Amino acid sequence: MAAKVLNPGLSTTVQDLGRPGYFHLGIPMGGAMDRLALRAANLIVGNDEGAAGLEAVFIGPQLEFTRDALIAVTGADMPIKLDGEEKPSWTGLNVKSGQVLSFGFLKTGARIYIAIAGGIDVPIALGSRSTYPIGALGGFKGRAIAKGDELPVGNATSGKEGRSVPEALRRRPGMPAELRVLPGLYWHRVTEQSHQNFFDDQWKVAPEADRMGYRFRGGRPLQFVERDQPFGAGSDPSNIVDSCYPYGSIQVPGGTEPIILHRDAVSGGGYFMVGTVVSADMDLIGQLQPNTPTRFVKVDMDGALKARADRAALLDRIRSVFN
Amino acid sequence: MKNRYSFGGDEHLFVECDESMSLEAFFKSLSMTNAVRDSQIRGVTEICPANASFQIKFNPDIIRPGDMLREVQAIESAASKTDPVIATRIIEIPVFYQDPWTHETLMRFRERHQDPQATDIEYAARINNYATVDDFIAAHAGSPWFVSMVGFVAGLPFMYQMVDRPRQIQVPKYLRPRTDTPKLTIGYGGCFSCIYSVRGAGGYQMFGITPMPIFDPEQKTSYLRDFMVFFRPGDIVKFKPIGREEYDHTVEEVAAGRFAPAISDVTFDLREFQKDIDGYNAKLEGMINGR
Repeated sequence: MAAKVLNPGLSTTVQDLGRPGYFHLGIPMGGAMDRLALRAANLIVGNDEGAAGLEAVFIGPQLEFTRDALIAVTGADMPIKLDGEEKPSWTGLNVKSGQVLSFGFLKTGARIYIAIAGGIDVPIALGSRSTYPIGALGGFKGRAIAKGDELPVGNATSGKEGRSVPEALRRRPGMPAELRVLPGLYWHRVTEQSHQNFFDDQWKVAPEADRMGYRFRGGRPLQFVERDQPFGAGSDPSNIVDSCYPYGSIQVPGGTEPIILHRDAVSGGGYFMVGTVVSADMDLIGQLQPNTPTRFVKVDMDGALKARADRAALLDRIRSVFN
Repeated sequence: MKNRYSFGGDEHLFVECDESMSLEAFFKSLSMTNAVRDSQIRGVTEICPANASFQIKFNPDIIRPGDMLREVQAIESAASKTDPVIATRIIEIPVFYQDPWTHETLMRFRERHQDPQATDIEYAARINNYATVDDFIAAHAGSPWFVSMVGFVAGLPFMYQMVDRPRQIQVPKYLRPRTDTPKLTIGYGGCFSCIYSVRGAGGYQMFGITPMPIFDPEQKTSYLRDFMVFFRPGDIVKFKPIGREEYDHTVEEVAAGRFAPAISDVTFDLREFQKDIDGYNAKLEGMINGR
């Protein structure tokens, strides 16, 4: 073991890049909500990009190290302290055995990522160390970390203090946040006017925002194209015969509050969806606080692929800093 | 019944076989997903069948979305000629209807229900024109069910009632979803029964509870040692009503590693089933444990 939990924060979980392959059984991919931030943290400390780290939302944990370690904290802007002394983010930090890592109040963003050289060494479950709390699967005993837990860390390979991701390569949501959306799925269920309103209106992140999904409020309710509900769908016009849900898909129960499914998505259900957030912008959602003003920006498939290529290029630039 | 294709962002192809639920739509989805799996299209990362639709997750860095769409469309005509026959299994699931735990939970969430004066099962019985709750239970446990989708959360089966449409039970979901549902609750929403694999939020009406775990991440349950999820799409389920005594006994047997679910391998042929639904079901049920 290498880190003892003095205070877990609000909800701090072990996450890596997830466990693809089991969504057809209702077990989501999971993994870091802001993948780019986790990859960067791992690169800084010399880990594989997919090594398991800690994801903490809104409030950072307090950890006492029980052996020397090289760590890095990326993601949201939250003051980092070692024995009370402020330290830089997105930068490799040497920690001595006995030192305590703690955090100040969150400034911007929502989630920090703590990488430790060697990676958090919890057992692998279905190919991943990511925590899926609803299924009590993976991570530290299938749950968020708690006071008194002793986190095992693997053996470090390389990595040295002081290496850092340049400011320009740290991706953050804008203000208002803009999320690119490819319309589709059951987009035809709502009227032309609602199509326009959905992209014209300013929305706001609701308090119900977690790893499973992000809810939004504030836009005009969607109006449905009239039809007789198909057999098995249910009587509400927003109901469909329960189908699969893509990661990033936007369902709008009752036509009122859009919910974007995220890394711990339910794999299916009976609400229609208006489209899907492009894969490149999923990381950004992980950094949205409640009440963040948000715009949905319409793109076509070419736009979605362009966004994907831009994000891949950004990751390559981050990698090139460390190679 | 022609497929409708749509992209879910840059990583998912979504295919609706039919807007309405039917076993025909389910079999089309199943044969399409099997064909996609067999064709081993490069770049496909996940294949998820649902009740009357399915979804393919792919890596657009390996296969362009347009090419992905063409590959799957090319499979459609061949898949529609596949015989609707599957080798599957029939499983008997013991159910303690009107149990104290789901009762306690449904009473806590009465203000979210269509009929706060009745229980979920009383409400379901009434709106489906059953004279008594016992008649309703007899119907729910009286025919087999087809697992047409596994998902929502880990290992949860959606089950479609194997009777002709006029006899199918239909109930709305709660007006607003509950924040709590006991683990292993037998639920109902739309035309689907389900078993909640884990405790958590839910909007389906609650009828009872099974003592038989269907998801075990620790893989300690005797029949879940090989894999933590019990159900697979295509499984056939028959509910067996039990009382408190048998419920308690089964819970003990499960804990002691002595419980083995009654399971038999069967072949299901949709055409034969449709020719004589009741006769076919009787034959299926007769195969549970070779009784």
